[in-house]
Amino acid sequence: MFAYIIRRILATIPVMVVVALFVFALLHLSPGDPAAIIAGDTATADDIARIRQKLGLDQPIYIQFATWVWALLHGDLGISIFANLPVSKLIAQRIEPTVTLTISTLVVAVLAAIPMGVVAAWKAGSWIDRVVMVFAVLGFSVPVFVLAYLLIYVFAISTDLLPVQGYVTISGGLWPFLSHLVMPTLALGMVFAALIARMTRASMLDVLAQDYIRTAQAKGLANDKVLIGHALKNAAVPIVTIIGIGVASLISGVVVTETVFAIPGLGRLTVDAILRRDYPIIQGIILVFSAAYVLVNLLVDLSYTFLDPRIRY
Amino acid sequence: MTVAPTDLAAFAAPSVVKRGVRDTIRRHPTIILGATLLGLMALMAIFAPYLGTVDPQALSPIRRLRWPSAQYWFGTDMLGRDIYSRTIYGGRVSLTVGISVALLSISLGLLIGLVTGFSRWADAIMMRIMDGLMSIPAVLIAIALMALTRASMENVIFAITVAEVPRVTRLVRGVVLTLRELPFVEAAHASGTGFFRILWRHILPNTLPPLLVQGTFVAASAMIVEAILSFLGAGTPPNVPSWGNIMAEGRSLFQVAYYIVLIPGTFLSTTVLAINLLGDGLRDALDPRLARRM
Repeated sequence: MFAYIIRRILATIPVMVVVALFVFALLHLSPGDPAAIIAGDTATADDIARIRQKLGLDQPIYIQFATWVWALLHGDLGISIFANLPVSKLIAQRIEPTVTLTISTLVVAVLAAIPMGVVAAWKAGSWIDRVVMVFAVLGFSVPVFVLAYLLIYVFAISTDLLPVQGYVTISGGLWPFLSHLVMPTLALGMVFAALIARMTRASMLDVLAQDYIRTAQAKGLANDKVLIGHALKNAAVPIVTIIGIGVASLISGVVVTETVFAIPGLGRLTVDAILRRDYPIIQGIILVFSAAYVLVNLLVDLSYTFLDPRIRY
Repeated sequence: MTVAPTDLAAFAAPSVVKRGVRDTIRRHPTIILGATLLGLMALMAIFAPYLGTVDPQALSPIRRLRWPSAQYWFGTDMLGRDIYSRTIYGGRVSLTVGISVALLSISLGLLIGLVTGFSRWADAIMMRIMDGLMSIPAVLIAIALMALTRASMENVIFAITVAEVPRVTRLVRGVVLTLRELPFVEAAHASGTGFFRILWRHILPNTLPPLLVQGTFVAASAMIVEAILSFLGAGTPPNVPSWGNIMAEGRSLFQVAYYIVLIPGTFLSTTVLAINLLGDGLRDALDPRLARRM
């Protein structure tokens, strides 16, 4: 098992190399002069020359790549064109709201979706099952920002129950912190919860058809013990896998959610960077988000050995 | 030459075929529901100029921010443009992007997947690249590509296609790897059938059902990504009335004129729902094994 863990950790290296290559190549594969594109339509020749020099675009490409990777390995993501600050510093400043929102969404979605999936599978074909399946297909279909605005309309404009937008850190009080987090969490969590509920139901249906479930029921074990202790435990691997894969939808969604709710996180940083064509920031954010995604899925893979001791590598 | 299966089908009683179709529909009502909804949206987009619309770009500063009424069915925006006309025309953008991305990424993914499924070294290299690309969330790939190019619908389609291709490639490769080992392919090979003929007659047809299902999900996802890009200001140019653009323009006015955001949002959700229903139904009908699982 130890060898498996080492092998799995090493396997993330080629993935991150490809991500880094993609992020680097983007600037050079694009048609035209990257410096001119970044500078925008109103730039003078001086501006373009300044940006070219600042990004090192006047160097040969392999030197650019080597310099860039070397800096990257030292945690240096380059300098923002617009703010003239290190990208790593800008990201560090903005990461807290994004991490808070992502984790709260992850927790709420998992806690809501797994019971839904379990009950839907247990009562397969019943009205509860249908409600869960309708919820799942709606969750896939209503885009995160449409849902976000619907929530704002219901909870902030029609009824005034929750603040329309903004973000308060936990040091600003527990209720202000939570009340600003409710709607973003619900909006962001919908797709994710739909994904998990559907996979939980499917995986549970497979397990509930097994002989050992009938044995457990036949020996008079209570339903909840059969469902949780026997069925869910054995259905866990695909569920955990889909949670890991679904984190990609959380990352995509967080950029949009932060824009709708004016949360000063990485998503806002991304959108500001798009509008200003501040390319080093966009590159840095893609690297950070992708690294987080790869890390989550590494943890998921490693968790298999604990969830299912039969898995031997 | 062998008798083509279509010739045989012509001999079968037509009622049998019809009943087969009817049974499929009865067992999978979501196909009909999804296809009908999607068909309505498509008709709406195609016949946009004849549906009582005005020029979606026509400004009318005196009639700014009018609420939905008999004259302005969906109201007007802050520049006095008619939201009804903009929403109807916006359907063209969403559907064009969705269908184009689905066709392009399926074709590209099929090509790459077929090649990598049969060539060990191409497989090793391509799959590392695809793994890397798949670990970048789709919206971020599209944002990165859009930030470097000028806003246009072609560039949006290209950017979303790049983000979707790795998943399709993985799917095709998986199917090819399984089929390659099956007895009927081995038999074809043993009886001297050429490589390209095996590919064309035995492998390709078997990749089509899962690709059809995948195609619907790619189209749904592409429409959402297009709307997200436009909403964030990295999508179709602002002079094109796309649902994402209309919502982006209504963003700052949401508290006073929420209809500007919610109406195109409803159209977008309904269209995506229609495609998802169609895709779920097709998957259930084409792959009973998967249907039981999901």
